[in-house]
Amino acid sequence: MQALTGIRVLDLTHLIAGPHCTKLLADFGADVIKIERPARGDPARHMGPFFHDVPHSEASALFLHLNTNKRSLTLDLKSTEGRQIALELAARSDVLVESFRPGTMERFGLGAEELRARNPKLVVTSISNFGQSGPYRDMAASEITLSAMGGPMNITGHRDHFPLKLGGNVVQYHAGANAAFATLAAIHAVEGGRPFGDHIDVSIYETQAGFRDRRVIALTAHAYTGDIGRRPETGVRPGSGVRPALDGYVNIFAGGPARFGRFLEMIGREDLKQDPRIQNPLLLPNHPELAEEIENSYLVWLMSHTKREAAAIAQHHQLLAAPVNEIKDVVEDPAFIDRGAFETIEHPFTGPLRYPSRPFILAASPRQPARRAPLLGEHTESILCDELGYAHEDLGRLGAMGVV
Amino acid sequence: MSDFIPKHLPLHGVRVLDITVVWAGPHCTQLLAEWGAEVIRIEPLSPVQNSTRGAEYTITREQSEKSRGGPLNLQMSYPDYDPGPRPWNRTPAFNSHARNKRSMTCNIATPEGRKIFHDLVAVSDVIVENNVPETVERAGFTYPDAAVANPGIIVLRMPAYGLNGPYKNYRSFGTHMEGMTGHHYLRSYPDLDPSMTGDAFTVDAASGVIGAFAVLAALRHRRRTGEGQQIELAQAENFLSYLGEIVLDYTMNGRSPAPQGNHHPSHAPHGVYPCAGEERWIAIDIATDAQWQQLRAQMGEPDWAMDHRYDSTLGRWRHREEMDVLIGAWSRNQDRDALFQALTERGVIAGPVQDERDLYACPHLRERGFFETLTSPEAGTHAYPGLVFRMSSTENHLYRYPVRLGEDNEYVYNQLLDIPPEQEAALRARGQISVDYPGRAPAPV
Repeated sequence: MQALTGIRVLDLTHLIAGPHCTKLLADFGADVIKIERPARGDPARHMGPFFHDVPHSEASALFLHLNTNKRSLTLDLKSTEGRQIALELAARSDVLVESFRPGTMERFGLGAEELRARNPKLVVTSISNFGQSGPYRDMAASEITLSAMGGPMNITGHRDHFPLKLGGNVVQYHAGANAAFATLAAIHAVEGGRPFGDHIDVSIYETQAGFRDRRVIALTAHAYTGDIGRRPETGVRPGSGVRPALDGYVNIFAGGPARFGRFLEMIGREDLKQDPRIQNPLLLPNHPELAEEIENSYLVWLMSHTKREAAAIAQHHQLLAAPVNEIKDVVEDPAFIDRGAFETIEHPFTGPLRYPSRPFILAASPRQPARRAPLLGEHTESILCDELGYAHEDLGRLGAMGVV
Repeated sequence: MSDFIPKHLPLHGVRVLDITVVWAGPHCTQLLAEWGAEVIRIEPLSPVQNSTRGAEYTITREQSEKSRGGPLNLQMSYPDYDPGPRPWNRTPAFNSHARNKRSMTCNIATPEGRKIFHDLVAVSDVIVENNVPETVERAGFTYPDAAVANPGIIVLRMPAYGLNGPYKNYRSFGTHMEGMTGHHYLRSYPDLDPSMTGDAFTVDAASGVIGAFAVLAALRHRRRTGEGQQIELAQAENFLSYLGEIVLDYTMNGRSPAPQGNHHPSHAPHGVYPCAGEERWIAIDIATDAQWQQLRAQMGEPDWAMDHRYDSTLGRWRHREEMDVLIGAWSRNQDRDALFQALTERGVIAGPVQDERDLYACPHLRERGFFETLTSPEAGTHAYPGLVFRMSSTENHLYRYPVRLGEDNEYVYNQLLDIPPEQEAALRARGQISVDYPGRAPAPV
């Protein structure tokens, strides 16, 4: 039995943030039924990258990763029958997660109030760009604009260059993670005996404004001082920051007097350890010739080591360090592979592929190997006929009407 | 249970012992505390937790004042640039997560501290820590140790790379895990080397939230079976899932992407463009031909933009770099906020790069009550970033100001543990119980 076995989730999400929320629930045992529009399905099915770069609705890396362990039911929520089926499923679910634009669920006749009136213990989790209220509620947004508006973009990058977004789609992933935590918190209350569920309002914008990646600290610092953040001039701190190595880059941190002494030993300059000018390394810029001498010794040392070796040696000297890897470096790293950071999942369209595996290890209730993402509508028949009791001939009628 | 946390919050009744440091672990316990758990920080008085409470160096008011008017320093931007008599209660890195928490002092690496810790474990539900594994093992607060005191205990360990393997004891800040997982390289400027990228700490944020999720999963297992357990959250591994489609692009296509900067895999133009004034920028994301035609109209349909090479998504994507330069040459004369409004009205996806002042002034965050005011006896009255999600049937706010070092010693030692007065006096004399770091007693004001 997995930790979340027994939680029934009706998943009306699409793209990234919502599916990441329901992936977390599904991967630890919840039974997640994903509703997809007939014919096209989740738009993430049509976003790349694709297997062998050939666009196909069953070959999107984004979709395959975000929808493991879920079942797929196609349903046109705008149709009378589609709504009816959604209501039947919501009545037997513990959780409903949706990521439509605010107001859409009400237009479908599936508003949170209505759903909760029919199933008082239901937890409805709504994920949207700006939340269910407020002047920006209906504004369109995307990964980069949400990062710009809410996140720490003004302090990300180099002072002399433009502000940088974060990699890939991490802003949306992070909103989904927050939604998963919120959902389990509400479930915790209901399973603890509270007679009513809840309606959770997750705004991606606010998950960025409350982002632990510097944003909340910079906001607090602004409240304390009135000053605002700026992008740093990078690479200027002696002994610390990203620097070139033999085969790429390495990030080593030698801040503080004790670490800086060990850093000097590492680069073969223990002769400088007693130098009175470096007893507080923060003041080293006041002695530019000495700083340059140390930097030159450091660069010579770096050029005799690969990024991975340099990081390992720095760690041996109890410095904080890591290589600046490319994706291939980490996916091929035996240390990650041997720990089980990846798992191989078979899929009829792509064959076996390696995916990131568990985000954490529960010793007593371990996550089971993942089931692949569902094909579009793969479970329509089993859910409608076996679980909801529709007759097989109804299935044909619903299909002919474009409902499923 | 804590008198300041309302009983109606969903996690009320869960007691969490918090032995976390720096950013990731404290963020996990922040979320638990915000939704009703009683979180007790167990803080050693020696050594000073320098990256946690920002107290590595003694900063004088004069030194701090020099920062005024400059870019924010995340550790040392004390209220009004005054470190005060106890700077460790005034640092924004700590105070941005420490609301709703309790703090006691105890060095659990000492035998008497370990005894106190085990007594606390016996009356608690969860332990959260994010230290280097060998430190934890030396101090003896691993899961088997804790389970002796309380078989139902849940122990969340959040090392950088896991509890075994060659990187087990690698020391890391978020920025180092960013490097290891490929995030630093991926988000670098396409035409500059990765030393110009600057730090990000996305891994810390991801670990904190997923850690809180993991704790609730384990609590559910315990409710059904009575079993406690250890949770191992290797922070770098957790973050690989946030990069899932990029990992899969490598495993399915052998592609290891070059630095992407602000480029999108298919949208173009897609970037951050300068506006009039200092440090004014706007992000624009053009996904469709119609949006491009609207942006072009907003620019006044200049000759360059009518070039047929830019008519299609593929054409724009191929020429994205030259387009970025041309758009930037136009946008740098535009007022950022007026442009944001105009583009939004045209259905173009755009958003200003907002700094801290912009966020505090944001009408949307104001209407939704995102910022909440707390008054700390030592840090003063300030508006703090608040809850990142709401529950319509669960009224919730920030209930207590950022906790001061040792603020709840009396609650823990006298009420929870009922330590005899003579033992308490001895602990105080030996430097286990205090509200000051040794040798760092408050200067006369």
